[in-house]
Parts: sequence; structure tokens; C-alpha cells
Amino acid sequence: MANPADSTLSGSVADATELALTEAEIRLPSDVLTALTRAATAERDEIARSELATILENIALAEERQVPICQDTGVPVVYITLPPDIPLTSEIFDGVREGVRRATAAVPLRPNVVDPITRRNTGDNTGVGMPAVHVTPGERLTVTVLPKGAGSENASRIGMLLPSQAGDIPEFVAETMLIAGGRPCPPVILGVGIGGTFDTVAALAKEALLLPVDTMDDYEQAICDAVNALGIGPMGLGGDTTALAVKVKRADCHTASLPVAVNVQCWACRRATVEVRR
Amino acid sequence: MINLTTPLGDEVLDLRAGDRVTLTGTIYTARDEAHIRMMEEGIPFDPEGAVVYHCGPVVQEGRIVVAGPTTSARMNTLTGFLIDAGVRALIGKGGMGREVVEDLRGRAVYLAFTGGCAALAAARMTLRGVYFEDLGMAEAVWIIETDHLPLTVGIDSHGGDLFSAVHEKAKTQFHQRFNIHQDNVS
Repeated sequence: MANPADSTLSGSVADATELALTEAEIRLPSDVLTALTRAATAERDEIARSELATILENIALAEERQVPICQDTGVPVVYITLPPDIPLTSEIFDGVREGVRRATAAVPLRPNVVDPITRRNTGDNTGVGMPAVHVTPGERLTVTVLPKGAGSENASRIGMLLPSQAGDIPEFVAETMLIAGGRPCPPVILGVGIGGTFDTVAALAKEALLLPVDTMDDYEQAICDAVNALGIGPMGLGGDTTALAVKVKRADCHTASLPVAVNVQCWACRRATVEVRR
Repeated sequence: MINLTTPLGDEVLDLRAGDRVTLTGTIYTARDEAHIRMMEEGIPFDPEGAVVYHCGPVVQEGRIVVAGPTTSARMNTLTGFLIDAGVRALIGKGGMGREVVEDLRGRAVYLAFTGGCAALAAARMTLRGVYFEDLGMAEAVWIIETDHLPLTVGIDSHGGDLFSAVHEKAKTQFHQRFNIHQDNVS
């Protein structure tokens, strides 16, 4: 149906959101594919090897059939970069919601958004406070969508550690996967937020999932090695590949605090960015 | 690779945790709401030798678009009546609790399907019908014909549980690695 709002900022943001969400659901970013392919080559456990082969076959089939990679098409988490000449108005948020509604019907996506208490489904993947939209200043107007499935989101953890416990952060991250086991669909990517406050550390952990997963610094690699030493393996069936990557984002924090958050992401680390046409 | 065909019988008793199998034939999807409904109103299909798939698919115009497994542990306390009624296999992801391992003993198996592999699942599935459609797309019981769905025996009928074996090893690894660390700081 032709939408008269399409020529407006709201319409352009809706177009970009629909495109980004559709792309994210059907095709994995190349860095994630690289990490999965590397893991499949290095894996020594026989069951794990076949699990990884099934995952790679599934990724190819999703693209070939133009269908979502996973039936838990998640809830979209949206990141906007806003250039200086565009004011932050409700048009941006309205556009995002419209784009999510359209992609839900067109792809199609599973309607996952419900009232938290009555569990009544809104039917279109939008609702009160959903999707979450994060806006930061930038050079170009872009929409990034990270559809987040519940299996991995439910395994995420936040800890208000003591300032003396900085050395225990790797243990906290590994413990998160020990508790989670096969439930979050490993091999996982772990977004780790360190510092900030109770609320910002969770946002940092999620933003860390936007970083490329085919490279890690020494700190991230050491935590990743500790997680993989657990041997949980793909789907919790055992093997070398429990985490594809650990990605860390930091903020400064109160001298008496050490907030740490682990946002668990399944192997389907879906994300896509689209520039808004103006 | 062992090829299984529904309805299943005593051949499931020969399976061992870690075996790779394929499954061909009719399966029934069921998540939390469908289990509760079946406990209240009865099982709408013949449960003898049946296979229940923990899955909430995306269905469009009578076609399975994608249909990967959901987290089985949510059904831990809702499963016993199905096994009592003759269900021979459960398909899902992540494994199930101690009570289900006991329920399965001498009767049925738990088969793990690779989580997230919803496009691959759909490529090997044909939709045959639906029960309890009022529960909504994700929670309805969909009747699905599968063609060589690739699976791993996660829990066998002899108490063998790959998930708990892996978890025990992970726990040992965790304690070894981080107890050393704690000794260093103390």
C-alpha cells in the first residue's frame, strides 16, 4: 500500500528500518560467518563438527530461500546515528516502529512482543517501549538493527562487583556460560560491558555485540579461551567451540563500583546497517 | 547414521546418547501452552509412537517458513503425561531436567536438533495440519511431515544424558581454572 508519509523523514526512516531488519534476519554479517567457518575448521569433536556443519548449511539455505535464519526472529534493538542537521523528533521513532511493523508482515517475522504480565501479543513486534531505540550523534543518518532472540537474552547476567574484583571479571563471564550451558544456542558471542552504572553497563554489553567478532584483543581472547575451556560446545553437546568471540566495551565508573554485564548472543549474531535516504 | 521413521517403536531403546540419527515421518510441535492444553483437554493426535517437537514455527499461507527448536527445559514439568501416553521421542534444544531423564527410561528418547537451524528444518518439512490454532502461531500444535531431519540423541532411554555429562565436565574445568586464580589473590 502506498504510504503518503514515505517522502517524509519518518517514511525514509521506516524504509531504512524495514530494509535493515529484513537483511539482518536473512543474511549473517561476513565477520560472523568468518568466525563460524574458522570454528568449523578448528573443531575436533565429532558431534560438534556436525552441529557446526548443520549451522553453516542452515545459513546458506536461509539466503537461498530468502527466509529468516532462525524462527526466533527476536525483538529488534535499534541504533540510530543522527547527523547535526537533523533534529531528534518523534518522527524518527515513528519511522522505526513503522519499519518494524512492515518487516514483520513482509518477511514474515514471528510476532514476539507481548504485554509482560498478561502476555497478550501485540501482533506486530512493536509495543510500549518496544523496539528499544538508541540514538547517538554521527556523520550520516543510519539505522542499525540487532534482532535479539530470547534463548540467549535470557542467559544474560549483570553483576555489581566490588572494586577489588577486577581480576574476577573473566570468572564472572565464564560462570555465565557455565550456568547457561546449551540453552543460549552456543557457539555464542559474549558482549561484555565493564564500568558505567547499573543501567549503562547493560547497554554497553549489548553494544559490544555490534563490534566485529572476527578479531579480539588480548583481554577478550583470554576470556574467550577460558569460556571455551569449559567444553560446553555447540548446543551444549560438547566440543571446543563454546564461544566464537568475547567483545568488551568499557566506561569509567564510580570509585566504589564495578558493574559488569554479560549479554549472551547465540551464533546467529544478526545485525545490519542501512543509511537513510534523504 | 541411523534412519528413524514414525511411528517409532522399540528401536528407540537401542539408541545411545551421542548417536547421530535422521527422522522421517509425522511430528507434532508443542510448546508451553500446547502442553498445558493437552493436559487439560487430552492429546489431539495418536500418541502411540509419536514424536513431539519443541518448536514455535513461522507459518505463512499453509507453508512452514522456518521451524527451528525452542528451549526444551521450559517443558521439564509438563512432559511426563506425553511419555505415559506412548510418545517415543521428543525433539528440542538444550536438553531436559532430571525428571525427564527418568520419564524417558525404558520408553523414549530426547533428540537434539541444532538450535537456530530453522531454514534447514523448513527445507525438510511439509505442513499437514494444525490443532489448537487459537493458541497462536508459536504455541499451536502443527502437524508436520519431515524428511530426514538430522538429529543427535541427547538423552537415551537408559539414563544416558549428553547434556549433563558435558555440564559436569564444564563444572570441573571451571573450578580447576578459577580456584587456582582465587588461591593467587588470597
